[in-house]
Amino acid sequence: MNPTELANQATAAAHRALELAEQARRMAEAAAPVAAAAEPFLYLLTIFLLACFVGYHVVWNVTPALHSPLMGVTNAISSVIVVGAILAAGTADGVAARIFGFIAVTLAAVNIFGGFMVTRRMLAMFKKKGS
Amino acid sequence: MGATLSTLSYLVASVLFILALRGLSHPETSRRGNMFGMIGMGIAIVATLFHHGMGFGGIVLILAGLAIGGTVGTVVAQRIQMTALPQLVAAFHSLVGLAAVFVAASAFYAPESFGIGTRGHIHTQSLVEMSLGIAIGAITFSGSVIAFAKLAGKMSGAPITFNGQHWLNLGLGILLLVLIIVFVATGSGVLFWLIALLSFALGFLLIIPIGGADMPVVVSMLNSYSGWAAAGIGFTIGNLLLIITGALVGASGAILSYIMCKGMNRSIINVLLGGFGSEGGAAAGGGDVGDRPPVKAGSPEDAAYMMKNAQKIIVVPGYGMAVAQAQQVLREMADLLKKEGAEIKYAIHPVAGRMPGHMNVLLAEANVPYDEVFELEEINPEFADADVAFVIGANDVTNPAAKTDKSSAIYGMPILDVERAKTVFFIKRGMSSGYAGVENELFYRPNTMMLFGDAKKVTQEIVQALQR
Repeated sequence: MNPTELANQATAAAHRALELAEQARRMAEAAAPVAAAAEPFLYLLTIFLLACFVGYHVVWNVTPALHSPLMGVTNAISSVIVVGAILAAGTADGVAARIFGFIAVTLAAVNIFGGFMVTRRMLAMFKKKGS
Repeated sequence: MGATLSTLSYLVASVLFILALRGLSHPETSRRGNMFGMIGMGIAIVATLFHHGMGFGGIVLILAGLAIGGTVGTVVAQRIQMTALPQLVAAFHSLVGLAAVFVAASAFYAPESFGIGTRGHIHTQSLVEMSLGIAIGAITFSGSVIAFAKLAGKMSGAPITFNGQHWLNLGLGILLLVLIIVFVATGSGVLFWLIALLSFALGFLLIIPIGGADMPVVVSMLNSYSGWAAAGIGFTIGNLLLIITGALVGASGAILSYIMCKGMNRSIINVLLGGFGSEGGAAAGGGDVGDRPPVKAGSPEDAAYMMKNAQKIIVVPGYGMAVAQAQQVLREMADLLKKEGAEIKYAIHPVAGRMPGHMNVLLAEANVPYDEVFELEEINPEFADADVAFVIGANDVTNPAAKTDKSSAIYGMPILDVERAKTVFFIKRGMSSGYAGVENELFYRPNTMMLFGDAKKVTQEIVQALQR
């Protein structure tokens, strides 16, 4: 094998490597958004399912006498949607998005204060014999 | 505030919310539980206010919203009468649903701020989550508004049914699904609002055929929906706290719905299809009672005399007690009877009243100690050695037809065994049948005495007779 042939082969190999690298780059580029979208979703889904199980077990332990306060508390904490509303009202771009956020903050706030207050009133009434 | 710190705050808030629910396993720990919930919510709000990109103007806007909403909520919660609790809870659910729709709208118009793509080019997956959030939120909203109107007596509690109702709902449901698919494919703003509108209509149509006494199931179910709506929005904007809390609330509402359905021996489908008791109620209400033995009607004085000599009395409260606001005077009667040496217990059917645990709250309001109040399974064996079963404003939940008559609409429903007591008093306004439209044979038994009249008035007269 003479030096010219060797050089030619090396050039061809280098070209091939470059091509492969380019291909790999393209594949990675195409895969990145999919992976980026899929991974956090699976992570969020895992947490969601685990939270469902926690809720299931905790709620079966609630005494039936306190089912009304349970609704009060769950109603109050479901207005945790206020977190999304605050982000919308405070950080969103555009007037419309901010106004929607503001309305959502106000609605959720009614629920937060109303829900916890009315639950507190209910629970304050439950007394034992002789107390 | 760094991302790690805010995630950590959300984690703490989630744990506090779980502890809030955990506290409700006993009245003693429940007040502390509620406090945990409030602290958790406070942490969540403060942590979010420190989110990067939050400007001064934004914070002012948020604080204004919190102040307005907070004031309204606090005033309403302080002033509301305990008997109006079911409609208050329904109204509150509607707010969560509507808030979810508005957060979704905001995310739709400013997707960059939530990191879900750019305007007009929102990630497909986020569009799916968003449309679920809007649909569930909007159904929760309009469904809760109808539940509120029915519970508050602003519209008739009777089921509203018409021909082809279920086909219409099914059709609209399919249409909603199609709209969501097109929305996800195109990301169109018009479709966003169409989905919201159609879901509003669907929520309305789904709840109108459901009768007043099935409202415990509806209220629990809407409770569950408000949780799923929050979780849907949580997925859309990638927020852990919303997802965890939404799941907790969703699970809780689902369990309550299940318990309520079991208390009536009906499937959730049967309840949701509605129309229950609408036809039968009218027919039986007219009352073809000609071949029945005569009903024994008594006076409050008779009842007072008999209860004075009783050793053990079990009180069975129902929705009629709530309507008449008779809980206070009922407790006065119990106090007087205790002085005469009687033992008083209260028996609560799971579906008594208009929301889960309704009777317990009303009795607690009247200062009845919670250790005198018992659930169905605990109290049923005790009716056999009770001298008196005092049924105030309840009917179907005592009807033995649930055990014996296979053709009855309430067959298989667990009932309180008041028939086993030596004497049964029924306080009722008239002879009409209960919600299920089924006649109660107990009224005609020789050991039953009917006390006709308003629950509060009759109980007051018994109290006066006892004081004499």
